[in-house]
Amino acid sequence: MKLITAVVKPHRLDEIKEALQAFGVHGLTVTEASGYGRQRGHTEVYRGAEYTVDLVPKIRIEVLVEDDDAEQLIDVVVKAARTGKIGDGKVWSIPVETAVRVRTGERGPDAL
Amino acid sequence: MAPAITLAAEAPKLSAANTGFMLICSALVMLMTPGLAFFYGGMVRVKSTLNMLMMSFISLGIVTILWVLYGFSMAFGTDSGSLIGWNSDWVGLTGVDKGELWGTYNIPLLAFMVFQLMFAIITPALISGALADRVKFSAWALFIALWATIVYFPVAHWVWGEGGWAFDMGVIDFAGGTAVHINAGAAALGVILVIGKRVGFKKDPMRPHSLPLVMLGAGLLWFGWFGFNAGSWLGNDDGVGTLMFVNTQIATAAAMLAWLAYEKIRHGAFTTLGAASGAVAGLVAITPAGGSVTPMGAIAVGAIAGVLCAMAVGLKYKFGFDDSLDVVGVHLVGGVVGSVLIGFFASGKGQSEATGVFYGDHKFDQLWKQLAGVGGVLAYSLIVSAILAFVIHKTIGMRVSEDEEVTGIDQAEHAETAYDFSGAGGGAAKTAVTAPVAAAASKKVDA
Repeated sequence: MKLITAVVKPHRLDEIKEALQAFGVHGLTVTEASGYGRQRGHTEVYRGAEYTVDLVPKIRIEVLVEDDDAEQLIDVVVKAARTGKIGDGKVWSIPVETAVRVRTGERGPDAL
Repeated sequence: MAPAITLAAEAPKLSAANTGFMLICSALVMLMTPGLAFFYGGMVRVKSTLNMLMMSFISLGIVTILWVLYGFSMAFGTDSGSLIGWNSDWVGLTGVDKGELWGTYNIPLLAFMVFQLMFAIITPALISGALADRVKFSAWALFIALWATIVYFPVAHWVWGEGGWAFDMGVIDFAGGTAVHINAGAAALGVILVIGKRVGFKKDPMRPHSLPLVMLGAGLLWFGWFGFNAGSWLGNDDGVGTLMFVNTQIATAAAMLAWLAYEKIRHGAFTTLGAASGAVAGLVAITPAGGSVTPMGAIAVGAIAGVLCAMAVGLKYKFGFDDSLDVVGVHLVGGVVGSVLIGFFASGKGQSEATGVFYGDHKFDQLWKQLAGVGGVLAYSLIVSAILAFVIHKTIGMRVSEDEEVTGIDQAEHAETAYDFSGAGGGAAKTAVTAPVAAAASKKVDA
Protein backbone atom coordinates (compact mmCIF):
# COMPACT_ATOMS: atom_id res chain seq x y z
CA MET A 1 0.00 0.00 0.00
CA LYS A 2 0.95 3.60 -0.46
CA LEU A 3 -0.06 6.83 1.24
CA ILE A 4 -0.55 9.60 -1.28
CA THR A 5 -0.31 13.08 0.22
CA ALA A 6 -1.24 16.19 -1.71
CA VAL A 7 -0.75 19.73 -0.42
CA VAL A 8 -2.65 21.92 -2.85
CA LYS A 9 -4.65 25.07 -3.32
CA PRO A 10 -7.86 25.02 -1.26
CA HIS A 11 -10.15 25.85 -4.17
CA ARG A 12 -9.07 22.73 -6.04
CA LEU A 13 -10.55 20.43 -3.40
CA ASP A 14 -13.85 19.79 -5.18
CA GLU A 15 -12.20 18.90 -8.50
CA ILE A 16 -9.76 16.57 -6.77
CA LYS A 17 -12.55 14.90 -4.82
CA GLU A 18 -14.60 14.32 -7.95
CA ALA A 19 -11.61 13.00 -9.88
CA LEU A 20 -10.77 10.61 -7.05
CA GLN A 21 -14.34 9.39 -6.84
CA ALA A 22 -14.37 8.77 -10.59
CA PHE A 23 -11.15 6.82 -10.16
CA GLY A 24 -12.78 4.62 -7.54
CA VAL A 25 -11.30 5.91 -4.31
CA HIS A 26 -13.71 5.31 -1.42
CA GLY A 27 -12.30 7.59 1.25
CA LEU A 28 -9.86 10.33 1.92
CA THR A 29 -8.80 12.68 4.69
CA VAL A 30 -8.62 16.46 4.27
CA THR A 31 -6.82 18.83 6.64
CA GLU A 32 -6.52 22.59 6.47
CA ALA A 33 -2.85 23.40 6.30
CA SER A 34 -0.64 26.40 5.76
CA GLY A 35 2.76 26.67 4.19
CA TYR A 36 4.80 28.10 1.41
CA GLY A 37 6.88 26.89 -1.50
CA ARG A 38 8.58 28.83 -4.24
CA GLN A 39 5.77 31.36 -4.45
CA ARG A 40 6.49 32.46 -0.87
CA GLY A 41 3.71 34.48 0.73
CA HIS A 42 1.93 37.69 -0.05
CA THR A 43 1.89 41.24 1.29
CA GLU A 44 -0.89 42.83 3.33
CA VAL A 45 -1.12 46.47 4.39
CA TYR A 46 -2.80 47.59 7.62
CA ARG A 47 -2.91 51.34 8.24
CA GLY A 48 0.16 51.70 6.10
CA ALA A 49 2.14 48.94 7.82
CA GLU A 50 3.16 46.23 5.37
CA TYR A 51 3.20 42.64 6.51
CA THR A 52 4.67 39.80 4.52
CA VAL A 53 2.47 36.82 5.16
CA ASP A 54 4.73 33.82 4.56
CA LEU A 55 2.28 31.05 5.25
CA VAL A 56 -0.54 30.77 2.78
CA PRO A 57 -3.58 28.54 3.26
CA LYS A 58 -3.42 25.09 1.68
CA ILE A 59 -5.29 21.86 2.05
CA ARG A 60 -3.62 18.57 2.70
CA ILE A 61 -5.33 15.52 1.19
CA GLU A 62 -4.34 12.01 2.22
CA VAL A 63 -5.39 8.85 0.42
CA LEU A 64 -4.37 5.24 0.99
CA VAL A 65 -4.13 3.12 -2.16
CA GLU A 66 -2.86 -0.22 -3.33
CA ASP A 67 0.66 -0.21 -4.77
CA ASP A 68 -0.47 -0.83 -8.35
CA ASP A 69 -2.82 2.16 -8.36
CA ALA A 70 -0.41 4.62 -6.82
CA GLU A 71 1.26 6.15 -9.88
CA GLN A 72 -2.00 6.46 -11.77
CA LEU A 73 -3.74 8.03 -8.78
CA ILE A 74 -0.94 10.58 -8.38
CA ASP A 75 -1.51 11.58 -12.00
CA VAL A 76 -5.23 11.97 -11.34
CA VAL A 77 -4.60 14.24 -8.35
CA VAL A 78 -1.98 16.31 -10.14
CA LYS A 79 -4.26 16.79 -13.13
CA ALA A 80 -7.16 17.90 -10.98
CA ALA A 81 -5.04 20.18 -8.82
CA ARG A 82 -3.17 21.98 -11.55
CA THR A 83 -3.99 25.58 -12.44
CA GLY A 84 -0.61 26.21 -14.06
CA LYS A 85 0.10 29.09 -11.71
CA ILE A 86 2.77 29.35 -9.07
CA GLY A 87 1.66 27.85 -5.74
CA ASP A 88 -0.19 24.82 -7.10
CA GLY A 89 1.42 22.62 -4.45
CA LYS A 90 3.01 19.17 -4.25
CA VAL A 91 1.95 15.54 -4.32
CA TRP A 92 4.03 12.66 -2.98
CA SER A 93 3.68 9.07 -1.90
CA ILE A 94 5.24 6.92 0.78
CA PRO A 95 4.99 3.19 1.48
CA VAL A 96 2.59 2.05 4.19
CA GLU A 97 3.15 -1.11 6.21
CA THR A 98 -0.35 -1.85 7.26
CA ALA A 99 -3.86 -0.43 7.57
CA VAL A 100 -6.77 -1.60 9.73
CA ARG A 101 -10.48 -0.80 9.37
CA VAL A 102 -11.41 -0.01 12.95
CA ARG A 103 -15.03 -1.24 12.78
CA THR A 104 -14.35 -4.70 11.37
CA GLY A 105 -10.70 -5.32 12.06
CA GLU A 106 -9.96 -6.03 8.39
CA ARG A 107 -6.28 -5.59 7.54
CA GLY A 108 -4.19 -4.66 4.54
CA PRO A 109 -5.78 -3.87 1.15
CA ASP A 110 -9.15 -5.16 2.43
CA ALA A 111 -9.25 -2.25 4.83
CA LEU A 112 -9.10 0.36 2.06
CA MET B 1 -22.56 74.66 26.20
CA ALA B 2 -25.97 75.91 25.18
CA PRO B 3 -27.24 79.21 26.49
CA ALA B 4 -30.59 79.27 28.19
CA ILE B 5 -33.45 79.20 25.75
CA THR B 6 -36.12 80.30 28.18
CA LEU B 7 -37.11 83.86 28.95
CA ALA B 8 -35.25 85.32 31.87
CA ALA B 9 -38.35 85.99 33.92
CA GLU B 10 -39.81 82.54 33.49
CA ALA B 11 -38.46 79.53 35.33
CA PRO B 12 -37.86 76.60 32.97
CA LYS B 13 -40.35 73.73 33.04
CA LEU B 14 -39.39 70.16 32.41
CA SER B 15 -39.65 69.28 28.73
CA ALA B 16 -40.74 65.70 28.19
CA ALA B 17 -39.49 65.78 24.61
CA ASN B 18 -36.01 67.00 25.52
CA THR B 19 -35.82 64.66 28.49
CA GLY B 20 -36.77 61.68 26.35
CA PHE B 21 -34.24 62.75 23.74
CA MET B 22 -31.49 63.03 26.36
CA LEU B 23 -32.20 59.60 27.82
CA ILE B 24 -32.06 58.05 24.34
CA CYS B 25 -28.83 59.92 23.62
CA SER B 26 -27.38 58.63 26.90
CA ALA B 27 -28.18 55.07 25.86
CA LEU B 28 -26.60 55.71 22.44
CA VAL B 29 -23.40 56.98 24.03
CA MET B 30 -23.38 54.02 26.41
CA LEU B 31 -23.38 51.70 23.35
CA MET B 32 -20.25 53.40 22.04
CA THR B 33 -18.11 51.78 24.74
CA PRO B 34 -18.93 48.17 23.75
CA GLY B 35 -18.65 49.42 20.15
CA LEU B 36 -15.17 50.69 20.92
CA ALA B 37 -14.37 47.35 22.55
CA PHE B 38 -15.20 45.57 19.28
CA PHE B 39 -13.38 48.19 17.20
CA TYR B 40 -10.23 47.61 19.25
CA GLY B 41 -10.86 43.91 19.92
CA GLY B 42 -10.88 43.03 16.22
CA MET B 43 -7.61 44.87 15.68
CA VAL B 44 -5.49 42.87 18.11
CA ARG B 45 -4.10 39.40 17.60
CA VAL B 46 -6.36 36.53 18.57
CA LYS B 47 -4.56 35.86 21.84
CA SER B 48 -5.46 39.23 23.36
CA THR B 49 -9.01 39.71 22.07
CA LEU B 50 -10.75 39.31 25.41
CA ASN B 51 -8.33 41.53 27.27
CA MET B 52 -8.92 44.28 24.73
CA LEU B 53 -12.69 43.93 25.07
CA MET B 54 -12.45 43.94 28.85
CA MET B 55 -10.23 47.01 29.02
CA SER B 56 -13.13 49.01 27.57
CA PHE B 57 -15.95 47.14 29.26
CA ILE B 58 -14.54 47.51 32.78
CA SER B 59 -14.81 51.28 32.43
CA LEU B 60 -18.61 50.91 32.41
CA GLY B 61 -18.27 49.55 35.93
CA ILE B 62 -15.53 51.63 37.53
CA VAL B 63 -16.34 55.07 36.15
CA THR B 64 -20.08 54.75 36.79
CA ILE B 65 -19.49 54.27 40.49
CA LEU B 66 -16.87 57.02 40.74
CA TRP B 67 -19.07 59.43 38.78
CA VAL B 68 -21.97 58.90 41.13
CA LEU B 69 -19.79 59.10 44.22
CA TYR B 70 -17.81 62.25 43.38
CA GLY B 71 -17.02 62.59 39.67
CA PHE B 72 -20.11 64.53 38.64
CA SER B 73 -19.58 66.87 41.56
CA MET B 74 -15.94 67.47 40.58
CA ALA B 75 -16.75 68.10 36.91
CA PHE B 76 -19.92 70.16 37.16
CA GLY B 77 -20.11 71.44 40.75
CA THR B 78 -19.45 75.01 41.85
CA ASP B 79 -16.15 76.20 40.48
CA SER B 80 -13.09 76.95 42.54
CA GLY B 81 -10.12 78.64 40.92
CA SER B 82 -11.33 77.83 37.38
CA LEU B 83 -9.80 74.40 37.94
CA ILE B 84 -12.24 72.13 39.71
CA GLY B 85 -15.86 71.94 40.80
CA TRP B 86 -17.56 70.64 43.90
CA ASN B 87 -21.12 70.32 45.15
CA SER B 88 -21.64 68.23 48.27
CA ASP B 89 -25.34 67.70 47.43
CA TRP B 90 -24.25 65.72 44.40
CA VAL B 91 -21.87 63.42 46.26
CA GLY B 92 -23.55 60.04 45.92
CA LEU B 93 -26.47 62.02 44.42
CA THR B 94 -27.81 62.16 47.97
CA GLY B 95 -29.13 65.72 47.72
CA VAL B 96 -30.60 65.47 44.24
CA ASP B 97 -34.37 65.50 43.77
CA LYS B 98 -35.68 63.44 40.86
CA GLY B 99 -37.55 66.39 39.38
CA GLU B 100 -34.76 68.92 39.89
CA LEU B 101 -33.82 70.60 36.61
CA TRP B 102 -30.29 71.04 35.31
CA GLY B 103 -29.40 74.73 35.63
CA THR B 104 -31.42 76.82 33.24
CA TYR B 105 -32.23 73.85 31.01
CA ASN B 106 -35.54 72.05 30.79
CA ILE B 107 -34.18 68.57 31.44
CA PRO B 108 -33.68 66.91 34.84
CA LEU B 109 -30.30 67.14 36.51
CA LEU B 110 -30.28 63.35 36.58
CA ALA B 111 -30.63 63.22 32.78
CA PHE B 112 -27.67 65.57 32.36
CA MET B 113 -25.73 63.61 34.96
CA VAL B 114 -26.24 60.24 33.24
CA PHE B 115 -25.53 61.68 29.77
CA GLN B 116 -22.22 63.10 30.96
CA LEU B 117 -21.45 59.83 32.75
CA MET B 118 -21.35 58.02 29.41
CA PHE B 119 -18.65 60.47 28.23
CA ALA B 120 -16.64 59.85 31.37
CA ILE B 121 -16.88 56.10 30.69
CA ILE B 122 -15.69 56.07 27.10
CA THR B 123 -12.80 58.50 27.54
CA PRO B 124 -10.52 56.24 29.60
CA ALA B 125 -11.64 53.29 27.46
CA LEU B 126 -10.26 55.13 24.41
CA ILE B 127 -6.78 55.07 25.95
CA SER B 128 -6.73 51.27 26.10
CA GLY B 129 -6.15 50.90 22.38
CA ALA B 130 -2.60 52.16 22.78
CA LEU B 131 -1.85 49.62 25.49
CA ALA B 132 -2.87 46.43 23.70
CA ASP B 133 -1.51 42.99 24.62
CA ARG B 134 0.66 43.99 27.55
CA VAL B 135 -1.01 45.70 30.53
CA LYS B 136 -1.93 43.91 33.73
CA PHE B 137 -5.68 44.08 34.17
CA SER B 138 -5.49 45.08 37.83
CA ALA B 139 -3.07 47.89 36.96
CA TRP B 140 -5.41 49.05 34.20
CA ALA B 141 -8.39 49.09 36.56
CA LEU B 142 -6.41 51.16 39.05
CA PHE B 143 -5.23 53.44 36.27
CA ILE B 144 -8.80 54.09 35.09
CA ALA B 145 -9.93 55.01 38.60
CA LEU B 146 -7.01 57.38 39.20
CA TRP B 147 -7.01 58.83 35.69
CA ALA B 148 -10.73 59.59 35.79
CA THR B 149 -10.25 61.31 39.14
CA ILE B 150 -7.10 63.31 38.45
CA VAL B 151 -7.43 63.94 34.73
CA TYR B 152 -10.92 63.46 33.28
CA PHE B 153 -13.08 65.03 35.98
CA PRO B 154 -10.96 68.22 36.17
CA VAL B 155 -10.58 68.50 32.39
CA ALA B 156 -14.34 68.06 31.86
CA HIS B 157 -14.75 70.91 34.35
CA TRP B 158 -12.29 73.16 32.50
CA VAL B 159 -14.03 72.63 29.19
CA TRP B 160 -17.72 72.30 30.08
CA GLY B 161 -18.11 73.32 33.71
CA GLU B 162 -19.35 76.79 34.50
CA GLY B 163 -16.25 78.70 35.67
CA GLY B 164 -13.73 76.30 34.08
CA TRP B 165 -10.89 78.25 32.47
CA ALA B 166 -11.40 76.97 28.92
CA PHE B 167 -15.17 77.42 29.22
CA ASP B 168 -14.75 81.01 30.41
CA MET B 169 -12.16 81.81 27.75
CA GLY B 170 -14.65 80.84 25.04
CA VAL B 171 -12.91 77.72 23.75
CA ILE B 172 -15.46 75.89 21.62
CA ASP B 173 -15.74 72.16 22.24
CA PHE B 174 -19.23 71.06 21.33
CA ALA B 175 -19.07 67.42 22.36
CA GLY B 176 -15.57 66.55 23.47
CA GLY B 177 -12.82 67.17 20.91
CA THR B 178 -10.57 68.44 23.68
CA ALA B 179 -12.14 66.94 26.83
CA VAL B 180 -12.55 63.47 25.36
CA HIS B 181 -10.36 62.88 22.32
CA ILE B 182 -7.30 65.08 22.82
CA ASN B 183 -7.44 64.16 26.48
CA ALA B 184 -7.50 60.40 25.81
CA GLY B 185 -5.01 60.60 22.94
CA ALA B 186 -2.49 62.61 24.95
CA ALA B 187 -2.93 60.25 27.92
CA ALA B 188 -2.29 57.27 25.64
CA LEU B 189 0.96 58.85 24.47
CA GLY B 190 2.02 59.59 28.04
CA VAL B 191 1.37 56.03 29.20
CA ILE B 192 3.10 54.25 26.32
CA LEU B 193 6.20 56.40 26.71
CA VAL B 194 6.41 55.00 30.25
CA ILE B 195 5.48 51.35 29.74
CA GLY B 196 7.20 50.76 26.39
CA LYS B 197 6.55 48.61 23.37
CA ARG B 198 4.96 45.23 22.90
CA VAL B 199 7.35 42.32 22.59
CA GLY B 200 8.15 42.03 18.90
CA PHE B 201 6.95 45.52 17.90
CA LYS B 202 8.11 46.35 14.36
CA LYS B 203 9.47 42.79 14.05
CA ASP B 204 6.59 40.36 14.38
CA PRO B 205 3.49 40.59 12.24
CA MET B 206 0.67 42.04 14.35
CA ARG B 207 -2.24 41.79 12.00
CA PRO B 208 -5.81 42.49 13.11
CA HIS B 209 -7.38 39.12 13.86
CA SER B 210 -10.92 40.07 12.84
CA LEU B 211 -11.69 42.97 10.56
CA PRO B 212 -15.42 42.16 10.57
CA LEU B 213 -15.33 42.82 14.33
CA VAL B 214 -13.58 46.14 13.64
CA MET B 215 -16.30 47.08 11.13
CA LEU B 216 -19.02 46.12 13.59
CA GLY B 217 -17.36 48.29 16.23
CA ALA B 218 -16.95 51.21 13.84
CA GLY B 219 -20.62 50.92 12.88
CA LEU B 220 -21.72 50.97 16.52
CA LEU B 221 -19.47 53.95 17.20
CA TRP B 222 -20.87 55.86 14.23
CA PHE B 223 -24.44 55.11 15.37
CA GLY B 224 -23.81 55.98 19.00
CA TRP B 225 -21.94 59.12 18.04
CA PHE B 226 -25.19 60.79 16.94
CA GLY B 227 -26.21 60.69 20.58
CA PHE B 228 -22.77 61.83 21.68
CA ASN B 229 -22.79 64.85 19.37
CA ALA B 230 -26.41 65.89 18.92
CA GLY B 231 -27.20 65.19 22.57
CA SER B 232 -24.51 67.59 23.73
CA TRP B 233 -26.82 70.54 23.03
CA LEU B 234 -29.07 69.14 25.78
CA GLY B 235 -32.31 69.64 23.87
CA ASN B 236 -33.96 70.52 20.60
CA ASP B 237 -35.51 73.91 21.26
CA ASP B 238 -33.50 75.41 18.41
CA GLY B 239 -31.81 73.86 15.37
CA VAL B 240 -28.30 73.55 16.76
CA GLY B 241 -28.54 69.91 17.84
CA THR B 242 -29.92 68.99 14.43
CA LEU B 243 -27.12 70.88 12.67
CA MET B 244 -24.70 68.88 14.80
CA PHE B 245 -26.42 65.61 13.87
CA VAL B 246 -26.27 66.44 10.16
CA ASN B 247 -22.65 67.61 10.29
CA THR B 248 -21.70 64.41 12.12
CA GLN B 249 -22.92 62.35 9.18
CA ILE B 250 -21.32 64.61 6.58
CA ALA B 251 -17.87 64.87 8.16
CA THR B 252 -17.72 61.14 8.83
CA ALA B 253 -18.56 60.34 5.22
CA ALA B 254 -15.94 62.80 3.95
CA ALA B 255 -13.27 61.47 6.30
CA MET B 256 -13.88 57.85 5.31
CA LEU B 257 -13.59 58.72 1.62
CA ALA B 258 -10.49 60.85 2.22
CA TRP B 259 -8.72 58.10 4.17
CA LEU B 260 -9.58 55.52 1.49
CA ALA B 261 -8.37 57.79 -1.30
CA TYR B 262 -5.14 58.49 0.56
CA GLU B 263 -4.33 54.85 1.15
CA LYS B 264 -5.33 53.80 -2.37
CA ILE B 265 -2.82 56.30 -3.75
CA ARG B 266 -0.18 55.61 -1.10
CA HIS B 267 -0.51 51.85 -0.56
CA GLY B 268 -2.54 50.58 -3.49
CA ALA B 269 -5.72 49.25 -1.88
CA PHE B 270 -9.01 50.34 -0.35
CA THR B 271 -8.87 48.54 3.00
CA THR B 272 -11.70 47.83 5.42
CA LEU B 273 -9.48 48.96 8.26
CA GLY B 274 -8.96 52.21 6.39
CA ALA B 275 -12.69 52.73 5.93
CA ALA B 276 -13.37 52.05 9.61
CA SER B 277 -10.47 54.23 10.76
CA GLY B 278 -11.39 57.06 8.43
CA ALA B 279 -14.95 57.07 9.73
CA VAL B 280 -13.73 57.26 13.32
CA ALA B 281 -11.26 60.03 12.44
CA GLY B 282 -14.14 62.03 10.95
CA LEU B 283 -16.33 61.45 13.99
CA VAL B 284 -13.52 62.61 16.27
CA ALA B 285 -12.81 65.74 14.25
CA ILE B 286 -16.43 66.88 13.94
CA THR B 287 -17.05 66.33 17.66
CA PRO B 288 -15.80 69.76 18.75
CA ALA B 289 -16.65 71.52 15.50
CA GLY B 290 -20.05 70.29 14.34
CA GLY B 291 -22.04 73.02 16.05
CA SER B 292 -19.94 75.80 14.55
CA VAL B 293 -19.37 74.85 10.93
CA THR B 294 -21.66 74.74 7.92
CA PRO B 295 -22.35 71.45 6.12
CA MET B 296 -19.73 72.40 3.52
CA GLY B 297 -17.39 73.20 6.40
CA ALA B 298 -18.11 69.72 7.77
CA ILE B 299 -16.93 68.21 4.48
CA ALA B 300 -13.69 70.17 4.80
CA VAL B 301 -13.17 69.21 8.45
CA GLY B 302 -13.84 65.54 7.70
CA ALA B 303 -11.65 65.38 4.60
CA ILE B 304 -8.72 67.14 6.28
CA ALA B 305 -8.99 64.89 9.33
CA GLY B 306 -9.21 61.76 7.17
CA VAL B 307 -5.98 62.54 5.32
CA LEU B 308 -4.02 63.86 8.31
CA CYS B 309 -4.96 60.91 10.53
CA ALA B 310 -4.12 58.44 7.76
CA MET B 311 -0.70 60.08 7.57
CA ALA B 312 -0.31 60.24 11.36
CA VAL B 313 -0.76 56.52 12.02
CA GLY B 314 2.60 55.91 10.35
CA LEU B 315 4.47 58.11 12.83
CA LYS B 316 4.73 55.41 15.47
CA TYR B 317 6.98 53.33 13.24
CA LYS B 318 9.11 56.34 12.47
CA PHE B 319 9.52 57.44 16.09
CA GLY B 320 9.35 53.97 17.62
CA PHE B 321 6.53 54.44 20.14
CA ASP B 322 4.09 51.54 20.21
CA ASP B 323 0.69 53.23 19.96
CA SER B 324 -0.70 49.79 19.24
CA LEU B 325 -4.10 50.67 17.74
CA ASP B 326 -3.37 54.29 16.84
CA VAL B 327 -5.11 56.17 19.63
CA VAL B 328 -2.63 59.01 19.16
CA GLY B 329 -2.85 58.92 15.38
CA VAL B 330 -6.64 58.95 15.29
CA HIS B 331 -7.94 60.50 18.52
CA LEU B 332 -5.22 62.97 19.44
CA VAL B 333 -4.57 64.08 15.87
CA GLY B 334 -8.27 64.01 14.91
CA GLY B 335 -9.20 65.93 18.05
CA VAL B 336 -6.54 68.58 17.43
CA VAL B 337 -7.55 68.90 13.77
CA GLY B 338 -11.25 69.36 14.63
CA SER B 339 -10.60 71.76 17.49
CA VAL B 340 -8.14 73.91 15.56
CA LEU B 341 -10.25 73.98 12.38
CA ILE B 342 -13.03 75.68 14.37
CA GLY B 343 -10.67 78.65 14.33
CA PHE B 344 -10.90 78.64 10.54
CA PHE B 345 -14.33 77.28 9.70
CA ALA B 346 -16.63 78.61 12.47
CA SER B 347 -19.39 80.30 10.49
CA GLY B 348 -20.98 82.34 13.26
CA LYS B 349 -24.36 80.86 12.37
CA GLY B 350 -24.27 77.77 14.52
CA GLN B 351 -23.92 77.41 18.27
CA SER B 352 -22.42 80.88 18.75
CA GLU B 353 -21.58 84.02 16.84
CA ALA B 354 -17.86 83.35 17.01
CA THR B 355 -16.34 83.23 13.55
CA GLY B 356 -13.18 81.66 12.22
CA VAL B 357 -10.54 83.06 9.91
CA PHE B 358 -12.54 82.19 6.78
CA TYR B 359 -15.73 83.90 7.93
CA GLY B 360 -16.98 87.24 9.31
CA ASP B 361 -14.19 89.75 9.85
CA HIS B 362 -11.50 87.14 9.15
CA LYS B 363 -10.10 87.44 12.65
CA PHE B 364 -7.78 85.00 14.37
CA ASP B 365 -9.34 85.44 17.85
CA GLN B 366 -11.19 82.13 17.90
CA LEU B 367 -8.17 80.30 16.54
CA TRP B 368 -5.98 81.49 19.44
CA LYS B 369 -8.64 80.40 21.92
CA GLN B 370 -8.85 76.99 20.30
CA LEU B 371 -5.07 76.60 20.38
CA ALA B 372 -5.01 77.55 24.06
CA GLY B 373 -7.66 74.94 24.85
CA VAL B 374 -5.87 72.27 22.81
CA GLY B 375 -2.47 73.07 24.30
CA GLY B 376 -3.68 73.20 27.89
CA VAL B 377 -5.55 69.92 27.80
CA LEU B 378 -2.87 68.15 25.76
CA ALA B 379 -0.03 69.15 28.06
CA TYR B 380 -1.88 68.43 31.30
CA SER B 381 -3.15 65.04 30.18
CA LEU B 382 0.19 63.96 28.67
CA ILE B 383 2.22 64.88 31.74
CA VAL B 384 -0.16 63.74 34.46
CA SER B 385 -0.96 60.47 32.68
CA ALA B 386 2.73 59.71 32.27
CA ILE B 387 3.35 60.38 35.98
CA LEU B 388 0.36 58.23 36.92
CA ALA B 389 1.54 55.35 34.74
CA PHE B 390 5.06 55.75 36.15
CA VAL B 391 3.83 55.51 39.74
CA ILE B 392 1.72 52.42 39.02
CA HIS B 393 4.55 50.90 36.98
CA LYS B 394 7.01 51.32 39.87
CA THR B 395 4.62 49.98 42.51
CA ILE B 396 2.32 47.18 41.37
CA GLY B 397 3.75 47.10 37.81
CA MET B 398 1.88 48.03 34.63
CA ARG B 399 2.94 45.09 32.47
CA VAL B 400 2.42 41.36 32.46
CA SER B 401 5.56 39.23 32.22
CA GLU B 402 7.14 38.83 28.82
CA ASP B 403 6.25 35.16 28.90
CA GLU B 404 2.58 35.89 29.57
CA GLU B 405 2.53 38.55 26.88
CA VAL B 406 3.96 36.20 24.28
CA THR B 407 1.72 33.29 25.27
CA GLY B 408 -1.32 35.53 25.32
CA ILE B 409 -2.73 37.95 27.85
CA ASP B 410 -6.22 36.45 27.58
CA GLN B 411 -5.14 33.27 29.30
CA ALA B 412 -2.78 34.98 31.74
CA GLU B 413 -5.18 37.67 32.95
CA HIS B 414 -8.66 36.32 32.28
CA ALA B 415 -8.27 32.51 32.19
CA GLU B 416 -10.31 32.42 28.99
CA THR B 417 -9.93 31.97 25.24
CA ALA B 418 -11.83 34.14 22.78
CA TYR B 419 -12.65 31.46 20.26
CA ASP B 420 -12.82 27.69 20.55
CA PHE B 421 -12.99 26.15 17.10
CA SER B 422 -11.73 22.73 18.12
CA GLY B 423 -14.29 19.95 17.87
CA ALA B 424 -12.25 17.69 20.10
CA GLY B 425 -11.90 20.04 23.04
CA GLY B 426 -8.96 18.24 24.54
CA GLY B 427 -9.62 18.95 28.20
CA ALA B 428 -11.84 17.98 31.05
CA ALA B 429 -14.08 20.05 33.28
CA LYS B 430 -12.29 20.77 36.52
CA THR B 431 -15.25 19.59 38.57
CA ALA B 432 -14.62 16.10 37.22
CA VAL B 433 -11.21 16.18 38.87
CA THR B 434 -12.03 17.84 42.16
CA ALA B 435 -15.49 16.32 42.66
CA PRO B 436 -15.39 12.77 41.30
CA VAL B 437 -18.62 11.76 43.00
CA ALA B 438 -20.67 14.43 41.34
CA ALA B 439 -19.09 13.77 37.97
CA ALA B 440 -19.68 10.05 38.26
CA ALA B 441 -23.28 10.64 39.17
CA SER B 442 -24.01 12.77 36.15
CA LYS B 443 -21.72 10.76 33.81
CA LYS B 444 -21.48 13.83 31.70
CA VAL B 445 -18.56 16.13 31.36
CA ASP B 446 -19.12 19.18 29.31
CA ALA B 447 -15.76 19.76 27.71
